Amino acid sequence: MTSTPVAAPVDSDVDQPGTTKAKRVKTRLTSRWATIASLVIAVLWTLPTFGLFISSFRPEAEIKGNGWWTIFQNPGFTLENYREVLFSASSSSPQLGEYFVNSLAIAIPATIFPLVLAAMAAYAFAWIKFKGSNALFVFIFALQIVPLQLALIPLLQIFSGILQPFQESVGDALNIPTSNYLQIWIAHTIFALPLAIFLLHNFISEIPGEVIEAARVDGASHGQVFLRIIIPLALPALASFAIFQFLWVWNDLLVALIFSGGTSEAAPLTQRLAELTGSRGQEWQRLTAAAFVSLVVPLIVFFTLQRYFVRGLLAGSTKG
Amino acid sequence: MRTSDLIEKIVQVGIGLAVFAAVIGLILFLADKAPKKAKDVVQLVVFLAPAIILLAIGLIYPAIRTSILAFSNKAGDLIGFDNFVWIFTQPDAVRTVTNTIIWVICVPLISTMVGLAYAVFIDKSRGEKVFKALVFMPMAISFVGAGIIWRFLYDYRGADREQIGLLNQIVVWLGGEPVKWLQTEPVNTFLLIIVMIWIQTGFAMVILSAAIKGIPTEQVEAAQLDGTNSWQRFTNVTLPGIRSSLVVVITTISIATLKVFDIVRTMTAGNFDTSVIANEMYTQAFRANEPGRGAALALVLFVLVLPIVIYNVRVLRSQKEIR
Repeated sequence: MTSTPVAAPVDSDVDQPGTTKAKRVKTRLTSRWATIASLVIAVLWTLPTFGLFISSFRPEAEIKGNGWWTIFQNPGFTLENYREVLFSASSSSPQLGEYFVNSLAIAIPATIFPLVLAAMAAYAFAWIKFKGSNALFVFIFALQIVPLQLALIPLLQIFSGILQPFQESVGDALNIPTSNYLQIWIAHTIFALPLAIFLLHNFISEIPGEVIEAARVDGASHGQVFLRIIIPLALPALASFAIFQFLWVWNDLLVALIFSGGTSEAAPLTQRLAELTGSRGQEWQRLTAAAFVSLVVPLIVFFTLQRYFVRGLLAGSTKG
Repeated sequence: MRTSDLIEKIVQVGIGLAVFAAVIGLILFLADKAPKKAKDVVQLVVFLAPAIILLAIGLIYPAIRTSILAFSNKAGDLIGFDNFVWIFTQPDAVRTVTNTIIWVICVPLISTMVGLAYAVFIDKSRGEKVFKALVFMPMAISFVGAGIIWRFLYDYRGADREQIGLLNQIVVWLGGEPVKWLQTEPVNTFLLIIVMIWIQTGFAMVILSAAIKGIPTEQVEAAQLDGTNSWQRFTNVTLPGIRSSLVVVITTISIATLKVFDIVRTMTAGNFDTSVIANEMYTQAFRANEPGRGAALALVLFVLVLPIVIYNVRVLRSQKEIR
């Protein structure tokens, strides 16, 4: 023990800031049994993914013939499963390449749109004074409690009744391709806005007022302040939210099922996978590889951007 | 995939992004050029209007419409509470509601308990980061991906063949007969619940671990000097110290569990008595052409989620005030 212990109220549940890591004394809370228990949990939690991962590299006959834990008795390694699910053009293959492109084509705009719109609204709430600002902000915050299930049916009607005919006539007139991407982007953007505005407002409102006042006095408009000061200063918060939103859209199934139309024209990977498990639930050589194709992007994000990822996730965990 | 398809898709995304950038750039530019007198109002409108309009069209109006729809039949006539009567009397629909309740009891409780135990066990141990990443990883995976991972684990083969699903292999090793797990009611609901627990435990663990590290060292040391054992320290120091985080974790997981859809959809599609409200809502509204029933189920979901969200927000607020 290095520091003199201070008698602290044991029953207090107030977090006291200021205890540094160096100050913290190594306590031996972790006994041998605790170590064993945590090892068991870690293995249990990793094993299912590991089993699928191993299996995705095994030849079809092996996957269907014996368990992946017998890999040493029945060795075999192939990339054929991945080649087949991604690039094969035969009608019986999942043709995931197209859906992978769709997932990206959906997730990138569906991350950028709400991010920009929410940052603008958050700036207005934080730095433009107007009557009813507070009430309106609380109202938008409260919209988070509306589960998106509550909006799906009428939103689909609006889209098919107004948006689609409009989009088609514009597309025909200008001779540009159209698809259901647009309605998926809009749906994701709308569902993301309440949370995004709330989170970004928390951050943007804490930017020192003097910086903004000074720029305003110098004659900068709100537009200039927003682009030159707010965006650069709010980058960490924007990044956290962007990662959360990207993964949310990438992993989403419900919004895609309702708005994508279900064909390879616009449906994302998750929807294709759900379909495959329904129709070809026993073709494990395809399902294992297909599942990993969809997991690659989130796992890369997870391992490379873990800090932002955790922050974004904690902030957005009540979404949906 | 043909190259022309790929190009077409890239073009669409490009056009989408370009139009969006052009519109935003244009309105910001025009707001700058507005006459001096009206400038502030114009700028305010420019910043707020896009978000407000989208929310009004895409969330507020639809939520009101759905609420009305919940009291209507297929033809659109108001029929009072018939849809709700259906939910709470039809055996299948009742089953859906009971299943949802089982989910919302089991998942938050077990994942919080396991997550907390794990967080305490690995606290300040060697390789804590790796341990954390292993259990937290499922959080990054889509529910659909998780569904496939676990369907593989639950896979069934006749007793005369080699098992490829780990669970049935373990049963066989123990001398039992393989079981069609996902079709065997009521165990199948619990097997689906395990998937959700598998995902949410990492979330509980990360938050609770951060909370544990926030407990002042002095309190732990004082308790140690008093000669307490680690279990006493856990119940008297750790638990009170992380109470508010515990509440946040449990409520957050409860909300996520109430809305669970993808897992059920991927693993059983709600068959074999495993359906839950969010899945049934989708089935009724978009598959069975019963928008009224679907809307009623969505409304029930809203009513169930509402108190938890409000409680969660209040705890978060009071936590902020303390800081």
